[in-house]
Amino acid sequence: MKWFWYASPQTFYPLAAQLARWCGLAAVVLALAGLYIGFFVAPTDAQQGEAYRIIFIHVPAAWMSMFIYVVMAFWAGIGLAFNTRLSGMMASALAPTGALFTFIALWTGALWGRPTWGTYWVWGDARLMSELILLFLYFGFMALHASIEDPRRADRAAALLALVGVVNIPIIYYSVKWWNTLHQGASVSLSAAPKMAATMLSGMLVMALAFWMYSVAAAMLRVRGIIRERGS
Amino acid sequence: MVVWRELLVALRRRSDVATALLFFVIVASLFPLGIGAEPNKLRAIAPGVIWVSALLSSMLSLGRLFAADHADGTLEQMVLGAAPLGVTAAAKAFAHWLVSGLPLVAIAPLVALQYDLDAGLYGVLALSLLLGTPVLSLIGGIGAALTLGVRGGGVLLALLVLPLYVPVLVMGAGSVEMASAGLGGQGQLLILGAMLIVAAAFAPWATAAALRISSE
Amino acid sequence: MLEASDLECERGGRRLFRALTFSVNSGEIVRVAGANGSGKTSLLRILCGLLTPSAGEVRWNGARIQSLKEEYARHLLYLGHAPAVKDELTGAENLRVACVLAGLSTTAEQRRDALARFGVPGDKPVRQLSQGQRRRAALARLSVSWQAPLWLLDEPFTALDAAAAELTRTLLGEHAQRGGSVVYSTHQDAGLRDRRVIEL
Repeated sequence: MKWFWYASPQTFYPLAAQLARWCGLAAVVLALAGLYIGFFVAPTDAQQGEAYRIIFIHVPAAWMSMFIYVVMAFWAGIGLAFNTRLSGMMASALAPTGALFTFIALWTGALWGRPTWGTYWVWGDARLMSELILLFLYFGFMALHASIEDPRRADRAAALLALVGVVNIPIIYYSVKWWNTLHQGASVSLSAAPKMAATMLSGMLVMALAFWMYSVAAAMLRVRGIIRERGS
Repeated sequence: MVVWRELLVALRRRSDVATALLFFVIVASLFPLGIGAEPNKLRAIAPGVIWVSALLSSMLSLGRLFAADHADGTLEQMVLGAAPLGVTAAAKAFAHWLVSGLPLVAIAPLVALQYDLDAGLYGVLALSLLLGTPVLSLIGGIGAALTLGVRGGGVLLALLVLPLYVPVLVMGAGSVEMASAGLGGQGQLLILGAMLIVAAAFAPWATAAALRISSE
Repeated sequence: MLEASDLECERGGRRLFRALTFSVNSGEIVRVAGANGSGKTSLLRILCGLLTPSAGEVRWNGARIQSLKEEYARHLLYLGHAPAVKDELTGAENLRVACVLAGLSTTAEQRRDALARFGVPGDKPVRQLSQGQRRRAALARLSVSWQAPLWLLDEPFTALDAAAAELTRTLLGEHAQRGGSVVYSTHQDAGLRDRRVIEL
């Protein structure tokens, strides 16, 4: 695969369209499969009833939100190290999708919390709080990029921010987790979910793949938009 | 040399320094007005309130860290200086801490008095602030450097920097709370110390990179 | 010796110049000429390393300036548009800081002389000086920077009165005679006998 050939925005443009088409298709198929498994095949949980099924969206979305941030930081790093334009564009293209999944994870987390524990927002859960901070990190990235006029400087500044963020995420997670144990004692943890029946896990994996395909498709479309906009 | 210059400038612009301190005191005083002055409740929220106020005050003065230098051209000279830019950035952060962080450590006990915080906890509080405020200056420097001359500066800076401040806040306030629960705050203080070392080692280089990006 | 090869600069979507190649040897004074907005400032910033060109590279004595970093900075004096003086400090303090930051070793005596030569009162805060005096306070650095072989000056003659302009011309000439090189930009005739002119 001639990687460097595709490193130029012009040549990447048509490839992106192809990827978008195929991944979009895969996303739809996988999503249907995943939802089917989640809502029809997986057994009803003894303790939580039907409401727990929302984890089939919540967990994959959370996985994606973190995965996308890492990928975004990866492209940011490449862009800073090799001064390539396309890497910066990729990072910018990924950010909104990442933010979307973070938001979905938070929203579905709240919807799950209500019937299960009686509250929408569980301050006690380290993962939920880290998701919230992750959302702020995404917003920060997008806001910084939007505030800088020169696209190259915007790419590089946002890239640095993404790298600083990715290093901080584990630190933030552990500090919140510690805070949680201090304040809650026996914490209600959304991650101490029902013992995973094999079908549940496979359902979540399929949904995760579906989300991944969707992310690629969305990012490809967005990158095309950015390439067009910058006219390079 | 950079530190010397920063201090001289700060000395001659005493109002800036005083404003940051005043802000700290005012914010900390707002909480009882908003929440009600029930002594037990105040004592419980004191560590958190003091820490959040310190955080906000430190963040407010971050805008000044590089903005003036950027405007009058001295920042370029620093980027082009003979010393590695990381060292210069560290020096700026250190000077920032001396001027806006260290005074907070000194004034915090007074605010703690307002909240009727147990006197035995003053030591832990001061120590946590002593370890934590430099980290705020160091990390804040990265944000300040990234947002130089950018629209929506102050609020954008807050958005960028506050998520990164969370671990410091959690450990800092947490150490005092642990101490008040009789469990001693040493663990958290040690972690704060570790954060300080890591931040001192890495933040200046990130700040230097950000300064170079912003100078283009 | 400064070499620039194949420099291309793109700012705000416009290509300011491309395929720009030239070299500056010791003892040469080079003028960068061009209308406002033609890229003079950008070129100087590329030469000193503040700005990365979209193509091409700059070499100092054979090595790329990106790899030289502080090493290069020690050989360099850059004066940009902004006076690079802090309002709250006095002329003398500003000069002292500037010299230390640039890695130049100077004595208090030398700095005092430099300020006196430019007619700048060294003990008043810069804030209290007039615009003209401020510019001269910034230019006073020229008097103490003989250790830096390469001088990159962005519009040094702007807003200078005749005496200060003459003094600056003299200093540039002296520097070239010592074996240093000067690249300066201006959009008016500075009255210096330039060896070469780069037109943008």
